[in-house]
Amino acid sequence: MPRIPDERPLNPKPEIIDQLRRLLPAAGVLSAPAELAPYECDGLTAFQQRPMVVVLPETVEQVQAVLRLCHREQVPVVARGAGTGLSGGALPLADGVLLSLAKFNRILDIDADNCTARVQPGVRNLAISEAAAPLGLYYAPDPSSQIACTIGGNVAENSGGVHCLKYGLTVHNVLKLKLVGVDGEPFEVGADALDSPGLDLLALMTGSEGMLAVIVEITVKLLPRPERAQGLLAAFDSVEQAGAAVAGIIAAGITPAGLEMMDNPAIRAAEDFVHAGYPVDAAAILICELDGFNAEVSFEVMRVRDLLLKAGAVDVRTARDDAERLTFWKGRKAAFPAVGRISPDYYCMDGTIPRRELATVLGRASELAEQYGLRVANVFHAGDGNLHPLILYDANVPGELDRAEELGGAILELCVQVGGTVTGEHGVGVEKLNQMCVQFDPEELAQMHAVKAAFDPHGLLNPGKAVPTLHRCAEFGAMHVHHGELKFPELPRF
Amino acid sequence: MADIDAERALIEQVLAAREARAPVAIRGGGSKGFYGNPVQAERVLDCSVHRGVIAYEPTELAITMRGGTPLTEVEALLAAHGQQLPFEPPHFGPGATAGGMIAAGLSGPRRPYAASVRDAVLGVRLLNGQGQALDFGGRVMKNVAGYDLSRLMAGSLGVLGVLLAVSLKVAPVPPGRMTLVREQSLPDALALMRRWARKSLPITATAWLDGRLYCRLSGSEEGLAETHRIVEGLPLPDGDAFWDDLREQRLAFFSGDAPLWRLSVRPATPADSIGGETLVEWGGALRWLRGEHDADALRRAARDAGGHATLFRAAAASRPADGVFAPLSAPLMQLHHNLKRAFDPDGLLNPGRLYPRL
Repeated sequence: MPRIPDERPLNPKPEIIDQLRRLLPAAGVLSAPAELAPYECDGLTAFQQRPMVVVLPETVEQVQAVLRLCHREQVPVVARGAGTGLSGGALPLADGVLLSLAKFNRILDIDADNCTARVQPGVRNLAISEAAAPLGLYYAPDPSSQIACTIGGNVAENSGGVHCLKYGLTVHNVLKLKLVGVDGEPFEVGADALDSPGLDLLALMTGSEGMLAVIVEITVKLLPRPERAQGLLAAFDSVEQAGAAVAGIIAAGITPAGLEMMDNPAIRAAEDFVHAGYPVDAAAILICELDGFNAEVSFEVMRVRDLLLKAGAVDVRTARDDAERLTFWKGRKAAFPAVGRISPDYYCMDGTIPRRELATVLGRASELAEQYGLRVANVFHAGDGNLHPLILYDANVPGELDRAEELGGAILELCVQVGGTVTGEHGVGVEKLNQMCVQFDPEELAQMHAVKAAFDPHGLLNPGKAVPTLHRCAEFGAMHVHHGELKFPELPRF
Repeated sequence: MADIDAERALIEQVLAAREARAPVAIRGGGSKGFYGNPVQAERVLDCSVHRGVIAYEPTELAITMRGGTPLTEVEALLAAHGQQLPFEPPHFGPGATAGGMIAAGLSGPRRPYAASVRDAVLGVRLLNGQGQALDFGGRVMKNVAGYDLSRLMAGSLGVLGVLLAVSLKVAPVPPGRMTLVREQSLPDALALMRRWARKSLPITATAWLDGRLYCRLSGSEEGLAETHRIVEGLPLPDGDAFWDDLREQRLAFFSGDAPLWRLSVRPATPADSIGGETLVEWGGALRWLRGEHDADALRRAARDAGGHATLFRAAAASRPADGVFAPLSAPLMQLHHNLKRAFDPDGLLNPGRLYPRL
């Protein structure tokens, strides 16, 4: 099945491979088919494409040299971290250079006085917290792939995690970036201080999916380890009640460190897999973590317990110790592989919605699933409205992947209709290009293309990702939905 | 609360300015006119007419309002629901608007302990230099669809577009607060601020001024009592007034006509690397200086401390020729020009306010 979204005409320039060999150590240029195979996709395996060549530079100077050469020869470049992305953002181009930052794997400095860490982009997310642990500090954003994903990829995608309700996304936890522009020129954005002069390019670069520049060094903010973390697990007879409990906790002025919901199919899959003691008959469970200063946590645990019961929880458990708290989390963190056990394949969506729309969206999503003849399990960052429906399918059944993708697209469009967004933390990549046409109108997309051109006038950095061309949107035929209202609602739609 | 949608009129004015090739100075409540460089424009685009809260649902922790909405109205509405803007923005005048707050990008005492203006931005409706009204971001907490052009507006001083509407993340007001004060030398105060920063404590503001260290705690009664045992000091009877006066620059330190410099630096920067009459905020990360200083020397000192220096308030005569903000590196300045062209190709919006030739 054709899954190459790139609309550019191919323009292979294999002669560039020899030129790259002159710039890099022998082991730093891969071009044999067997060597290229591991790079043909990222975490979104439905899209596959071998690059023309893979380069693994070891120094900033080598990155600059590669980019200068590609700029001169007008060869496109796709940067890649660990390849754990879920939207195909690191999908290679058949005529392009895949620039792996894997060798940039050093933690350069941990500054305990200023609570910062200076790291290379190929450092794993969790490695930063491990290195800072002896100082009582950690790096807050914790995407579920944190043992494997790299901080460079986190910045490129503005990754989230289960703790972002309280501690923010990647953009809230990064202070400074060193980058190399498409022409090979280095520049810095942000500062070791809390702000910097001029436009906030640090915010713009974060989440730009490798389209504006290549990140070669990152300074992140470190936080003190909370004195105490306490977990609660609540079971509900309906998704509506669980949703109301979330609203109740927020309305009471409590900001939990994590507030996660799972629906019955997800609960059952997780329980079968890790035996966390989840109530398998519950329609929904909420996992709530409160952390911080000991006295504050004690106060909040009592209040949250009351609020959960008031919202109709049939069972509320408070973790007796840290081991039990981690058991509560075990099932949630294993939800994706757990679903992988009950279905040959699954497709993970990433819409965000206003929390009040939760019951409506889950209800309509399950109607849609029925229409498409597919099962859906839902895990949900309930605190910040970020929904991860997992669509179960079997790629060996002809047509099922296509149906899964159509269903996924329909769910995302539903998210936009209720005032949400097509991606909360996984990025657009190649996966959600069509849905971008639903969320943004042509003038908005044109403004994004103009921003791209301000950094990369010839469109050489990760072309074809994140922002669809207007031509593609016209072909997709999507109706732009604005804040839940269709433009020209009086017109008939078929 | 006035609810007026003047978007069409604002678009018409930008289109007219484009037609006449006449740049405009964007104006909200006029409270922060002193900040930044002079705008090279004769026309004024008055955004204060475009006002009103569009959406506010306390349990969603988000508010959406038109750019000209008075900040006092926004804060009163949030307070009525036990919520607040997490970055405690300075008003600097009764007319301060939501749009001006985002465009200036200035955060108050709570900034290092909660969020900056930019951190709280969820989405914007922007009027670019071509007269197009565009939506970026949204009203939800997590959103990575397309480039983050909404947070880019924080601190952009209107050079990329007019803020027609903004959506912000809001935060609950903690149940209680307490301000503690003690006599302390600046080096010792800085050391304490850094020690506290490495602990999980419910601190929401710190400052040092005139030999005194101030620390604000926020939380439950039990939490405050326990924190008081760690963060020693005498409770300041009218703590809220102190932080308000600090935020609004009404303290004696800020009075008079001497130039006021703002240095944003690594928080652990030693006291002696930035000399002069100083007020410290943000756990050490923000240093205010009064008096005549050599701009280049101060900018160098700030750069060596990992940050930058801004001439925050000064008579026109004492402003450096290259502007009140620290000059950018050549590649960064080029990117600024490219971005300006991408949003405002005819250079109509607030020319000169951020940098003299931008």
